[in-house]
Amino acid sequence: MHKALLIDPAKCTSCLQCEMACSFENEGVFNPAKSRIKIFEFEHGARAIPYTCTQCAEAWCLHACPVEALTRNPDTNAVEVSNDICVGCKVCTIACPFGTVNYNKSSGKVIKCDLCGGDPACAKACPTDAITYVDADWTGYERMQASAVSGHGRPA
Amino acid sequence: MDYVVIGTGPAGVVAAETLRRSDPGGKIKMIGDEPEAPYSRMALPYLLAEDIAEDGTHLRHGSGHFKSLGIDVVQDRVASVSGADGKLSLESGGALGFDRLLIAAGSHAIRPPVPGMDLDGVENCWTLADARRIAAATKPGSRVVLMGAGFIGCIVLEALAARKVELTIVEMEDRMVPRMMNATGGDMIKRWCEGKGVSVLTSTQVESVEKAGDALKVSFKGGEGMDVDLVVCAAGVRPNIAFLEGSGIECGTGVLVDNMLATNVDGIYAAGDIAEGPELITGKKEIHAIQPTASEHGRIAARNMSGYPTHYRGSLSMNVLNTLGLISSSFGQWMGVDGGEETEVADAGRFKYLKLAFRDDVIVGALALGLTQHVGVIRGLIQTGTRLGPWKDRLMQDPHRVMEAYLVRTQGSSYGY
Repeated sequence: MHKALLIDPAKCTSCLQCEMACSFENEGVFNPAKSRIKIFEFEHGARAIPYTCTQCAEAWCLHACPVEALTRNPDTNAVEVSNDICVGCKVCTIACPFGTVNYNKSSGKVIKCDLCGGDPACAKACPTDAITYVDADWTGYERMQASAVSGHGRPA
Repeated sequence: MDYVVIGTGPAGVVAAETLRRSDPGGKIKMIGDEPEAPYSRMALPYLLAEDIAEDGTHLRHGSGHFKSLGIDVVQDRVASVSGADGKLSLESGGALGFDRLLIAAGSHAIRPPVPGMDLDGVENCWTLADARRIAAATKPGSRVVLMGAGFIGCIVLEALAARKVELTIVEMEDRMVPRMMNATGGDMIKRWCEGKGVSVLTSTQVESVEKAGDALKVSFKGGEGMDVDLVVCAAGVRPNIAFLEGSGIECGTGVLVDNMLATNVDGIYAAGDIAEGPELITGKKEIHAIQPTASEHGRIAARNMSGYPTHYRGSLSMNVLNTLGLISSSFGQWMGVDGGEETEVADAGRFKYLKLAFRDDVIVGALALGLTQHVGVIRGLIQTGTRLGPWKDRLMQDPHRVMEAYLVRTQGSSYGY
């Protein structure tokens, strides 16, 4: 059974611990700008949405890559970037209709959520359970993902 | 079922792999004319920049990938196709029959009709062989003229700059990347490149190239000439349709296909750079010689070839470019559509620009300079035709709120908005 990130924006206090944890886990620095998960605030901070890749079945990024630098990890179901293979062309950043693959200027490659190999730092860092890592067939997750991909359909 | 795929680029490779998944027992032959493993032309600039080795340009990395899928990769050229009999002839001699044929033969780099374009020292940058010759001919300080500041010219520019050559780029039109950027964006890119030490000559035509001792003398129309060591020509590409003459397959600039990627001849499909197919917004037939279209075309064509009818809404033109550190992107109908509205914010001093084009309250195109975070949501909004409702006016006022608009309009319901 694959697990997935379950996001409950109602519980998000916009503390940015997830961004810090993600950046530290993946980049070795506390720099929210390098986080693969991002908190978007609305209504002047009254509401916040943690936002990251849902590891969508369509994997538009993976199909757009010219050199097979993006592959799906069969253990975690995450689509991962191979830094050794990525040439930094950035086509995946414009092809992903969710905007969850970003160019990282300092490495010259792209970055995206890879579920930290199956132990996501954001979920561990979140003090309010706004981000949890749960079985992927959890009803709420399915509902969220169905909504997230609605209208996007297949990469066609 | 006997499948033949002409072409070993991204469209051909994705199609062959999709055919294998849809039809485990089918016979699949993929024909390419270059003596290389299937590779990505898009990766060639990174090879020239010495970021990667040759195998880094390969489309697939596993050894024996195609063999393990039972895909027979053949090095040859198709001389002609007889659509009515389901047969094609090969340049090496012999013929092949097929039940289903995919034409994914790509395009070739053209050279403008200028005297001297056939001289040694004038190269395209289109094939691995071209890249090897350019690499051998350049070292730091080499004098290079690059003809063409289109999208391909600009990624080659980046690679040549990484080789530390003394670079002049010449463009006939009045701005850089004229087909991906308007004057505002194109002028910013030009000014940025000039600031990085590249000489950019827009509205300039090369009149001739001549031998001048060990060098080449490049003359410009109505201006001075210059002596260089190498001329790289990036003046555009054209679909490889010559071999289809007499095939009965209907062509415009490329091979004309419908929403199933089918040609006018039963059982024959086309995909990628060679296919002239429906565009997403207007439905008009266009050629989008870009990686995402090649991959989508390849997959959809293969589904249809193997008996799984799959409708393609159309391709969306999109490009992302890095010119010496300035990142630009363009999407769809960025020039606007009849009866639509447009909005833009430009900060020329900081090389930032964002333009959105709407039809009603739907985004149909965009241009961006200096935007690298969450840029894909622009594609998401265009691709899904998301109605922006009250957010349209907010974006007209401030296009930078596009991520907010995206989250609220596409995901709002699951978050209680």
